[in-house]
Amino acid sequence: MKKFTVIFLVAAVLVSFAFLSGCSKDSGTIKIGVAGAHSGDLASYGIPSVKAAELVVEDWNANGGVLGKQIELVVEDDVCKPEVATNTAAKLVGEEVVAVIGHICSGATKAALGIYKDSDIICISPSATNPPLTQSGDYPNFYRTIAPDDAQARLEVDFATQTLGFKKLAVLHDKGDYGKGLAEFAKAMIESDGVAEIVLYEGITVGAVDYSAVLNKVKNSGAEAIIYGGYHPEASKLVGQMRKKGMDTVFISDDGVKDDTFIKVAGEYAEGVYATGPMDTSSNTLTMAANKAHQDKYGEDPGAFFLNAYAATTAILNAIEKAGSTDYDALTKALQSEYVDTTLGSISFDNKGDAIGVGFSVFQVQNGVYVEIQ
Amino acid sequence: MNSTYFIELFLGGLTRGSIYALIALGYTMVYGIIQLINFAHGEIYMIGAFTALIVSGALAFTGLDPVLIFLIAAVVAVVWSASYGITMEKIAYKPLRKAPRLSALISAIGMSMFLQNYVLLAQTSDFQPFPELIPDLAFLDPVSNIMNTTQFIILVTTAVVMILFTLLIRYTRIGKAMRATAQDKIMAQLVGINVNRVIMFTFLIGSSTAAIGGVLISSHVGQINFYIGFIAGIKAFVAAVLGGIGSIPGAVLGSFVLGLTESFGTGYISSDYEDVFAFAFLIIILIFRPSGLLGKPTKKKV
Repeated sequence: MKKFTVIFLVAAVLVSFAFLSGCSKDSGTIKIGVAGAHSGDLASYGIPSVKAAELVVEDWNANGGVLGKQIELVVEDDVCKPEVATNTAAKLVGEEVVAVIGHICSGATKAALGIYKDSDIICISPSATNPPLTQSGDYPNFYRTIAPDDAQARLEVDFATQTLGFKKLAVLHDKGDYGKGLAEFAKAMIESDGVAEIVLYEGITVGAVDYSAVLNKVKNSGAEAIIYGGYHPEASKLVGQMRKKGMDTVFISDDGVKDDTFIKVAGEYAEGVYATGPMDTSSNTLTMAANKAHQDKYGEDPGAFFLNAYAATTAILNAIEKAGSTDYDALTKALQSEYVDTTLGSISFDNKGDAIGVGFSVFQVQNGVYVEIQ
Repeated sequence: MNSTYFIELFLGGLTRGSIYALIALGYTMVYGIIQLINFAHGEIYMIGAFTALIVSGALAFTGLDPVLIFLIAAVVAVVWSASYGITMEKIAYKPLRKAPRLSALISAIGMSMFLQNYVLLAQTSDFQPFPELIPDLAFLDPVSNIMNTTQFIILVTTAVVMILFTLLIRYTRIGKAMRATAQDKIMAQLVGINVNRVIMFTFLIGSSTAAIGGVLISSHVGQINFYIGFIAGIKAFVAAVLGGIGSIPGAVLGSFVLGLTESFGTGYISSDYEDVFAFAFLIIILIFRPSGLLGKPTKKKV
């Protein structure tokens, strides 16, 4: 008897859910999904995006919504797990969302994308940096407001081979995930570009007392510049010992070196070193307004990817308005042709889905400070 | 391969070897006298470097000649580190002298962690820039691409320290007492040697050389943090074992072999495997000579 009661209750719950969701259809709103990790270990990466989307939507709704309709957010948790993300995506499709802000983690994003693609739903991630998501071309419905993992390597390689015109490059790394990952991207790009030659590709030992052997090797290889993937303690040792040896090889590195500690430790030897780092948008008026809105509402500074999610939400709402409809093809066209002012500056998207105007700049140490090179 | 490249790698290897040798001496001496592997030795080296940094920072405002500042900083570092070494022996090792050897070893590891964390709290975990106080020597200018001033000074200092050391152990009373204590502690006591003083002196000398190493290497590398003692200490320990722990010429030889292996391994094969060469070499040597290059095999009486 008990069994039947349970089955009945479950059935009743399911029916009532179906009824509820049935109710919310045709309610005359435009629905935007927000998916990501909202609970679990990685919740701190996902929650700020929800807050960002809410702030943007409140703002737009107060000004009359979009296409004359109010905007409604549908927030779904994927706990950053690919197997959960497919369910999350299916739910959002069932809710008939027009577009999705998310997901947060690259793995979960990839799992969900196939489902959105089949239903012609646009997906803009504020944080999924895995390069193939856009570059493979498998997901024409995918966009992101963050630079992919290999963007720094791309920028370093272009800067070395095109801006500075070097033909012989040495690529060094610290054997760590971050440094080696970047070095591998840089190596693959230099090889496929065919403009310059890699004369040396090596990993160095973190914390070693002396790098003179590997620097002698760099000198012997005739490299004009070193592209280094890693963090500032080794970079300052390398640069210091190199300059003391009288080597004037150009040193180009990454975000891990674009840190004031590097200048403090390397001192005068830091002069002239190039490093890539995220573009500075903190003085942008929209950015300041978004941060202030968050402060006012929640009494604290925003968390990870807040600005990226803010920009993503702004971009999709702008595209809906410019396209004049929620049609997939019209939205695609609007996203790829219109520039929109966001918290990350004025951005648009290329035909693979990566944001134009979002990413990294090259900085150079000049008189003891990092200066952005235009 | 051209010969300049070979010479560069050779000199680079010698510098590394000298650095290891200055630290390895302390390991091997302490082991020779009380059969203790003093794992906190690397920390004494690190404290030497920090003392020099603090002293030179304080003196920087006096407008003294950088060379003079360097010398004062080095002397203070040596005295300070030596007092740390002696205190460490009094607190952590002396009460355990009759205990099993393993207890003293654990005590040494504890001391190492204590000192590391003490410096971490007293200073920061960030890397600190170490001032360049040694001026470039003019006569090295033509060869500055092969050997720079700090490298030269490291090589010369190590050589001088080695010679003084050998003289001290061979020809002085305390040296004789040290050798006697190393051979047989009880017998040495019977003939009137104050073994406790000899052990204290060993720690004093060992800590002083480590401090000299700390100051020189920090000037060469230009940065220090609380963790430098651990990595340098491990490498120096390997060098001491390679040469035969307990043997002073062995520690020096082992350090140079290790430094040169790393330098040539990096230069001619790949720096990815720098540590692999060092440790593979250690294993090969220990297979054929289990007590190290110059170590004497221990005979057990049955």
